[in-house]
Amino acid sequence: MRFRASLQLVIALFFGAAISGAQDKMAGSLTIYAATSLTDVFEAVGAAFVDAHPDVDILLNFANSAMLAAQIAAGAPADIFASANELQMDHVVESGRVDESEVEIFAHNRLTVIVPADNPGNIQTVEELSKQGLLLVLAAEGAPIRSYTDAMLASYNEDYGEDFSERVLRNLVSEERNVRQVVARVALGEADAGVVYQSDALGDVADQLITISVDERHNQLASYPIAPLYDAEAQDLAHAFIQFLRADEAKLIMAENGFCWPAILDKSRSTIAKPESNAAGADYGEEQVFNCEAATSEAG
Amino acid sequence: MKPDKLLIFAVSALAFLLLAAPVAVLLVNGVGSRAWEGLPDSATILAAALLSFASTLAVVCLAAILGTPLAYVLSRYEFKGKRLISLFIELPIVMPPAVAGLALLLTFGRRGAIGSFLADAGIIIPFSILAVILAQFFISAPFYIRSAQVGFSSISAEIEDAARVDGAYGWLMFWYITLPIAWRAMIAGMILSWARALGEFGATILFAGNLPGKTQTMPLLVYSVFERDINAAIWTGLILIVLALIALALSQWLARAQDKMD
Repeated sequence: MRFRASLQLVIALFFGAAISGAQDKMAGSLTIYAATSLTDVFEAVGAAFVDAHPDVDILLNFANSAMLAAQIAAGAPADIFASANELQMDHVVESGRVDESEVEIFAHNRLTVIVPADNPGNIQTVEELSKQGLLLVLAAEGAPIRSYTDAMLASYNEDYGEDFSERVLRNLVSEERNVRQVVARVALGEADAGVVYQSDALGDVADQLITISVDERHNQLASYPIAPLYDAEAQDLAHAFIQFLRADEAKLIMAENGFCWPAILDKSRSTIAKPESNAAGADYGEEQVFNCEAATSEAG
Repeated sequence: MKPDKLLIFAVSALAFLLLAAPVAVLLVNGVGSRAWEGLPDSATILAAALLSFASTLAVVCLAAILGTPLAYVLSRYEFKGKRLISLFIELPIVMPPAVAGLALLLTFGRRGAIGSFLADAGIIIPFSILAVILAQFFISAPFYIRSAQVGFSSISAEIEDAARVDGAYGWLMFWYITLPIAWRAMIAGMILSWARALGEFGATILFAGNLPGKTQTMPLLVYSVFERDINAAIWTGLILIVLALIALALSQWLARAQDKMD
């Protein structure tokens, strides 16, 4: 009798320990589908997350957001979707794989014009993008960066004439599949100029590029929504990762990579109004304030 | 039916199913989802189809003009380094197309090994139809060269010796002896390389870029449309398949007609 009681105790202790161990120790594999522009920052944030939870495996799949949305709608096995615009997140919500109430904006980005380091097109300002015979590359229609770029060029029409954006697009020589390929083309010196997110002009390629800043009045604010998939296999991990993006460690990595985050994630707020032209798709309770400028000056 | 015969038929049916099912599903899906409604404007499709047609035609002609002498040399002459040359010629067949595109860019790009000299002379190859043709040629010409080489090698030395005795030399020999015997293999090679060029995607998008009406061939169009609307991509893909089917049927009909003549 005594022996049995102690055995029960041992079993209870063993399982108790196992259960409490499972509670503070996350394990398993997490599949994240993310916009191409998030490549560097998610690799770094993912590594930090794995440092904190060594038993977790993170699988990152980067592509044009529209492509990822199509794949997810067709049943691709993802746990998290991070899009470069709200429109593509809307498509996934419509497909029923993401619950609209779980979508949140976790990062912002800005546009910048890039030219090769030796500037073969001799471009100093955005206005000069309309120079005749320039080799301009942009992302293909459907990619979020392209919608932001088109909106930015249209906004510049105020300053440089009604047909400015049309004249710029006449220089278009290639529509790349995603923003990273625009960067690669320009860094290789094959194109004279491209329009990318400011975060893309940092990192490994920075010394092969010159950035030409876009006027605050015309620049666009890219918003990155993220959400766990409704039928995610790694439900808890997915929520934990999204929660992790709010941690100081993750925010620092985002700032280093040229991203800024909604003020809802941050205590020290500076006030910049959200440009109207970004109102593509539904608004997932986005804050009106964010510290975009603070983030970029830190990173620069 | 005997069991072994049954097995052969079952495996054959499985193989056929694996090859044919995706195309059939594509067709059923395309019709079911009324995919044609989301189709890009007909001008874009027409431009892509015309570009694909023109560039692949140029590629096949180029392969025949440049590839035939090369295939002939490789089948008739023994020399040092011949194996190495053969290896290099066949490399693009197994090379991932994206790598081929990168190699072309580094060679003929504006900063490339050869391209930089061309750029000094004011010639920029990337983003032009010339780049499309070069990319398709690089990937598909080896199919023609290999096939033609096999055709030439099948002609025994005795036939050529006999012709030589009768006074046939050089062009005369090629025109009256070699060509009539090897032409079937050459046509087969041309069709193979044409089909490969028509479907070429990776090298083209990397080297020539992707611009509707200029460098956007049919496969590039399908991919671009896919990123916006999967249904429209299905329909665009079906158009490409129909074009390829027509060409394949035509070539098979040509081959049969030749059989009857023989």
